[in-house]
This record gives sequence, C-alpha cells and structure tokens, in this order.
Amino acid sequence: MHILDFNKLSLRDINKTLQGSDKNSFFSIRNPKGSHALAVGINKKITVKIVGSVGYYCAGMNKFSDIKVEGSAGPGLGENMMSGNIYVTGDVSQYAGASGHGGSILVGGNASSRCGISMKGVDIIVKGNVGHMSAFMAQKGNLVIFGDAGHALGDSIYEANIYVAGEVASLGADCIEKKMTKKHLSNLANILSNANVSDYNPDTFRRFGSARSLYNFNVDNAKIY
Amino acid sequence: MCGIVGLFAKQENISANLGVHLSKMLESMSDRGPDSAGLAIYGKPLASKTKITVQSRSPKHDFQKLKKFLSAKKEISFSLKIHSTHAVIKLDVKQKDQVTNLINDSFPNLRILSVGKKMEIYKEIGKPAEVVKRFEIAKMKGSHGIGHTRMATESAVTTLGAHPFSTGEDQCLVHNGSLSNHNSLRRELIRKEMTFETENDSEVAASFITYRMNNGKTLKEALESALVELDGFYTFVVGTENGFGVLRDPIACKPAVLAETPDYVAFGSEYRALTSLPNIEKAKVWEPEPATVYFWGH
Repeated sequence: MHILDFNKLSLRDINKTLQGSDKNSFFSIRNPKGSHALAVGINKKITVKIVGSVGYYCAGMNKFSDIKVEGSAGPGLGENMMSGNIYVTGDVSQYAGASGHGGSILVGGNASSRCGISMKGVDIIVKGNVGHMSAFMAQKGNLVIFGDAGHALGDSIYEANIYVAGEVASLGADCIEKKMTKKHLSNLANILSNANVSDYNPDTFRRFGSARSLYNFNVDNAKIY
Repeated sequence: MCGIVGLFAKQENISANLGVHLSKMLESMSDRGPDSAGLAIYGKPLASKTKITVQSRSPKHDFQKLKKFLSAKKEISFSLKIHSTHAVIKLDVKQKDQVTNLINDSFPNLRILSVGKKMEIYKEIGKPAEVVKRFEIAKMKGSHGIGHTRMATESAVTTLGAHPFSTGEDQCLVHNGSLSNHNSLRRELIRKEMTFETENDSEVAASFITYRMNNGKTLKEALESALVELDGFYTFVVGTENGFGVLRDPIACKPAVLAETPDYVAFGSEYRALTSLPNIEKAKVWEPEPATVYFWGH
C-alpha cells in the first residue's frame, strides 16, 4: 500500500501518481481536507482509499478503479464515470454520478439534489435520502434509494429504473410508478449484490420510470408555442 | 462564484478566537472570490453605547478631520479607532442620529458601512488574505461573525460592492448567487424610502430583509418572504445582533455546508472552509435544505 499525504504532496502530484500507477496498486490518501478534483481521470484497475472528506468532482471520469471515500464528498462525485466502483461512507452533495455511463456508486449517507442527473448507465445506490430533481433526464442505469426522495423525482426521464424504499415528495414530468415485476426484483438484487449490499427487504421498494409521453412531439401542444 | 463563511460561538474558547478562526475560513475561500473580501464581526455590546463603522479612500486625512470636527462639538463624547481604511466610532446611543447626520452632511468622502451596538463591518478590494491582514481580523473577538469573498458578476469591483451589506442596525447580509429582479425590487424599495449606495443586487436583498424587519417582521418571516419575491440564485447568510440565519433558494445550485459541535455552529460554501476549525472531524456536518430558513441565536 502506498500512502499519499496532502500534508506533503500537492493535489497535482497525487493525481499524477494515481493516473500513472501500475495496475492493481493500492493507495491510501490522507488529509484531503475537502480538496477538489481528487482521484479524477483514472483509467486502470487500482484501489484508492481516501481517509477524510473531499470537495468537488472527486473520482470524476473514473474507469475500472475502486475508490472509497471515508467521509463525505462535495458536488459532482464520479461525474461522467465509465466503470469501476465508488463508495462514499458519508453524505454526497449535488449531482453525484451526473451523466455516468457505467460502474457503480454507493453512498452510505444522503445525496443532495440532482443525484444521477442525465445518468447513462451507471448504478447509483443511496442508503439515505436524495434531494430534489434526482435522476433528471436519466437515460439508462439504475438509481436505488433506501430513504426518501425529494421533489420532482425523475423529471423528464427517458429510460433508467428508479427504486425507492422510502417516501417520494413528488414525481417530475413524465415520471410514473411502474409495476415491480420479477425481472425488476432480480435486477434490484443484482445491483445490490454487485455493491455488496445485503441488508435490505426487496418488498419495501417501489419502481419508477418513464411514461414515455415526452418522446414525441404532441401536435395538440402546437398552439402553446 | 463567491465564498461565504460564518461562525457562531457557543463557548468562550471560540468567541475569544473568533477573528483567528474567521480569518482562516475566509482565506480558504480565496479561489471562490479573489476580487474583494469582507467580514461583519459581532463583539461585546457596551452599555448605552453604539458603534459606527466608516470607510474612506484617504483615511489618514479624512479620519483626522472627522476626529477634529467631532471633538469641536462639546456635547458629543466619542472614541475613534482607525483600522486601515476603516474607523470605528464609539459613542452614546442617544447621539447616534446626530453623528450619522453630521457625517453624511459634512463628509461626502466617508461611507458609513454599519451602525450597531455589536456589529463592525470591514471590507475592501483585494485577496481575502490581504483584507484580513489589513484589518487585523485575527485579533478580534466576538459572539459571531460572517464573511464573504467576492467574484463580481452583477456590478463593479469596488469597496462598497464588497459584502457584507448592512442596511439596518446590527443587520447584515452576504450573498452567493445573482438576482434577476433586483432592479424592479430596488425601485419598489426606494419608493418605500430605503436608500442605496450601489447598483449591486445583493444590496437589494439586504434592504429587502431590513425593510421587512423594520416593519415588524421577524428574520424568519423576512427570509420566507424573500423566497416568494426574490427571483434568482442565492445562498444568503444574514447576521443579526443575536446570531445568524441561512437561506438557500429552492433550486439550491449555490453550495452550502453547515457544521455543529458543542462549541460552535459554522457555515461554509464548501467543506474546505471548515477544515481549520477545532474538532471538525467530530462535528455534525450537513447540507442545508433548499427553501428552508435556519437560524442560530444567543
């Protein structure tokens, strides 16, 4: 294990070391003190443990690597990630997993607004609550919420599944509740088992998705314009 | 952008070092606002006294002239302490109106930044580190304080355009965001006899809240009406004689983090602003909800 300490190294040095490391290396990052853009742009399978809270855009564009934050994360966690796994033990701020193509994000605490905005295939699991406009314009992937969801959940959603165990404050435009079929129960079980989450009751989850009524222009609305 | 910090002391160990903590917090937000910076510090109130903070572009000349002028008025007893481009005048609360009128009428180069029993405002153009050094903020003590680092978007980079804005006694506001309807609101407030020093949108927000509080609304009620009437993006931290309040707009794009321990409540635009505080690793840290009023008071 290699220790990279912010008390001795700059953010740029730490990111360079991570990006240039050998496959299967294991790093422990100390004293991040809310630093921005930490562990971004990694494109090989390495393991990174960050001890402490991080700022904006942690683990952005992640590919293949496993990144764990022992603390909380600021806005834009794992933005546009392609694959790999991100686990934050605490809370995450706005737009976690925005436009993520693949891989998984597990949040131990709450996620604030716009979680999974424009997600394109990533799986996001939030053990606590999510804020308003989560899964806004979601295109593909799964958002699993153990707690409550804020207002306008799944607004203008294209595809993607949203599973919620708690309360939903309100659904956004074109987002509806859908039947939890056997296929979806098995999908949920797969997502959670891939993220090593086992303490849940599948019966408590409801499923939400697109009514697909915004896919095509409705000529009856022409006079509005 | 713009950065906001705030610290509310629950224990003496924090209030004795309020300036030290706020200086570090403010400096950590330099990236968010390198144009100018400012702080409002709430110190101990003196019995039947009030404080007027004034600012000048030629402090040496203006403050000496002011001191001489006020000394010549036998009925006014006062003290004047210079902090770089600012001076704090302490005087009997009964003479407050007379002295503010005298300053406004006879000293066009002086700007009154704040009036209050507890509050002093210090703000200038420059990097946050330079601003806190210039005013020796680290030496200051107090029950609470709020600070701001500015990246100007809506109006010019000037001393008066820096935050905090005060439009009422012991009341001030700092703002991260931008308001869209500030011109129409300003016209409305001018008709209600509120006065403005700048073209700045945040000054309108401060005036909006002060106008309502002057008309019997509580801070909570004033902030709730801001949710209805103000159009735009905002995270506000509002200081009053007793404490500070926090409000984010319903969309809540502008960041905000709160932390609480048995010793303090702290606000930061980012977690970075809080990392220098004692026992922050044990604090309860959370993001304030959108469209929700928070307040901590003594």
